[in-house]
Amino acid sequence: MQHGEVHITSYRAHGVILVLLLFLTAITITITWVDAGSFSVGVAMLVACVKATLVLFYFMHLKFDALVFKVFAGMVFFLLAVVFVVTFFDYLFR
Amino acid sequence: MTSNNSALHPGSYLDQQGKYKGILGWLTSTDHKRIGILYLMCILVFFLVGVTLGGVMKLELLRPGEQYIDAQTYNGFFTVHGIIMIFMVVIPGLAAVFGNFFLPIMIGAKDVAFPRLNLFSWYIYIVGAAIAVLSQFGGKGAPDTGWTFYAPYSIDSNTNVTTAVLAAFVLGFSSILTGLNFIVTIHRMRAKGMTWFKMPLFPWSLYATAWIQVLATPIVGITLLMVIAERTFRIGFFDPSLGGDPILYQHLFWIYSHPAVYIMILPAMGVITEIIPTFCQRKVFGYQAIVLSSLAIAGVGYLVWGHHMFTSGMSDFSRMAFSFLTFIVAIPSAIKVFNWIATMYKGSIKINTTFLYSISFIFQFMIGGLTGLTLGALATNVHVHDTYYVVAHFHYIVFGGMGFAFFAAIHYWFPKMFGRMYNEKLGKIGWAIVFSGFTLLYFPMFILGLQGMPRRYFDYLPEYSGGHFISSIGAFVLITGIIIMVYNLFRSAKKGELAPANPWDGRTLEWTIPSPPPLENFDNEVVVTEHPYDYK
Amino acid sequence: MEHTANHEHRDDKGSKMGMWIFIFTELLLFGGLFLVYAVSRAKFFEDFHIAAHQLNVFVGAVNTIVLLVSSMTIAMSITAIQKNQKRVALMLLGITLTLAFVFMVNKYFEWGGKIHHQLYPGSDIVLTLKHGQVLFFGLYFFMTGLHAFHIIVGMALIGYVFFQIKNDKIKPDNFQLLENAGLYWHLVDLIWIFLFPLLYLIT
Repeated sequence: MQHGEVHITSYRAHGVILVLLLFLTAITITITWVDAGSFSVGVAMLVACVKATLVLFYFMHLKFDALVFKVFAGMVFFLLAVVFVVTFFDYLFR
Repeated sequence: MTSNNSALHPGSYLDQQGKYKGILGWLTSTDHKRIGILYLMCILVFFLVGVTLGGVMKLELLRPGEQYIDAQTYNGFFTVHGIIMIFMVVIPGLAAVFGNFFLPIMIGAKDVAFPRLNLFSWYIYIVGAAIAVLSQFGGKGAPDTGWTFYAPYSIDSNTNVTTAVLAAFVLGFSSILTGLNFIVTIHRMRAKGMTWFKMPLFPWSLYATAWIQVLATPIVGITLLMVIAERTFRIGFFDPSLGGDPILYQHLFWIYSHPAVYIMILPAMGVITEIIPTFCQRKVFGYQAIVLSSLAIAGVGYLVWGHHMFTSGMSDFSRMAFSFLTFIVAIPSAIKVFNWIATMYKGSIKINTTFLYSISFIFQFMIGGLTGLTLGALATNVHVHDTYYVVAHFHYIVFGGMGFAFFAAIHYWFPKMFGRMYNEKLGKIGWAIVFSGFTLLYFPMFILGLQGMPRRYFDYLPEYSGGHFISSIGAFVLITGIIIMVYNLFRSAKKGELAPANPWDGRTLEWTIPSPPPLENFDNEVVVTEHPYDYK
Repeated sequence: MEHTANHEHRDDKGSKMGMWIFIFTELLLFGGLFLVYAVSRAKFFEDFHIAAHQLNVFVGAVNTIVLLVSSMTIAMSITAIQKNQKRVALMLLGITLTLAFVFMVNKYFEWGGKIHHQLYPGSDIVLTLKHGQVLFFGLYFFMTGLHAFHIIVGMALIGYVFFQIKNDKIKPDNFQLLENAGLYWHLVDLIWIFLFPLLYLIT
């Protein structure tokens, strides 16, 4: 019952994702090279999140997995984010 | 209690199976029921050790001044009492014993999803427990930080803190693997026809618990690793003399350790939710409300950790936020209490030992819960923080709640697990002594706390001696009651009369199979069509 | 991770679910560490800024590329197994292992250099630095150390899977073990995606 249909990601798709990831890495390095300060921190984190999403969805097959896996992963990242926010309730308002 | 049971019913899980006999057969078995019994035995031993330590502390506190143990020994005793009771008894407690034994049966499965991983996590538990025991001896003496390992003292103390912290880390690993196993089991192995909302409520509570185990334990894991790293390499994450932040330690510690309270209490609520309908012969009131409140407790309970830190120097905004969230989490807890009471309403109630433990659970849980609200309010918290009021509160929840639910569970499922009935009369006597001992022991602590008695002191001023005296007497009464209860259970496991398959007229799946259950639980594939609590 | 035992049927989805949940625990483990980083950095913004200059962006970038490529090769090995190209799968796993090894060698020289310059927690030089810089080096060693430990575990796992494929235990219709090993390896990559900018780039 568990072998409904198996999605095969082509070699080429993997290659495209890698190129994207490397490109994004280059962007982060350049942007922190050019401009320091809080702006580059934000961009670097944003790019890292995009890269993580690419890895999660394509390399880790989340895009082709059952809904339950997506819900789980979403829940976990949401929880992590909430924990960060709630902890910073303390540090931001001290 | 493994002997001679084949007479009752051949092919039960208690008979020898596999290539090894006797004790080796138990230590190598991946049968979830046997693993549950292994946990039960270990937890019983550690519980008795923890009780003994508590008893010695109460002996010391019988009168003011130093009687039997000095201050440093007392510090070691309350630390070890805490580590054993929290990490080795109540956190694995219901989930590892009754969850392992009954989760697969109640959802109509033959075993958990990963049987070998299940046995492996028991071995990790044993390793962790062994390290914890080891930390009490040798070196510079037993750890004296309290079970919370607060920095910076835990970084400076030259007692065996590193070993104790390592033990807590390893025990956490075991807890994570059990939780992982249960989640996959519930998702993948429910019987045909058992939709999510036809699943009994004890598995539901285990599901919520398992998610907390999986998602909260790693945080304390990394925190404890950082404490070890600090003690070994002088890094300074939490050490203010190196720029670290001790309050950050408290954040990280309670991000786990507050949800850990829900790891203890959610399965306890699940057990009570099984017992009440059975002994009232009535359909559980508000099935979906109970399910959703379990999930809500798990979710919101993750975000209330800061109420342990109201006086530690957190920002005001943070304190208000945590106080608010703490009040929110009281709502789903109260919903459960209403549901239990409503289930009893107009039921044909059968009062026996199990039921007595269950209603004393509700009673004590309510006292513990409501005093929790006074602690969650910012103003009163400042007054009673770190006093006996807190000690009384969490013992009402952890012992009066989880502990009594454990006692209820062991009486409820005893016939199923061991195939014999316990002595009802002795059971009731045991309950009466346990209950009155518990009240005598912990209730005076509320008053002592309000009067200002601080926790974790081995000595006290003369004006507190009345309360301490009553409390100590209560401790000895409680210990007597526990001895009677344990004696009754051990004796009944050997000599009690044979149990029928369904002694309590329960409706969930475990009562449809023989007592004790056969090796693979069910002979045929289970198909579920009805709701789990359809009492006619 | 265990896969289902002693039942008549195999449950690939259950096995994968177990692996994902394990990965969540790892994410939260590192999540706690990132929280410590975030709080410390918020408190010692300038010190972190200065201390991060001590790290070599080039070495970090090389390791990033190495990990990203290795992540792709292990993902491709699943494609290869699905297409019944056993030799290709083995070759791709071999490349993954080699890249993991390169990462560790790189890390070894990087750590060696830091230790040579007395920039390790508790050293005489580090203890004279400002508090924020002490914390930065503490976090640097702890985070990359824990990450490197996961690399080693991942290498062992991939090595095991390599021989399972070689011995035809992992086949086109039974490759969940390979997929789980892949998931674990991607986790290691995922962590590094955040570690790299946080430690090396934000100077």
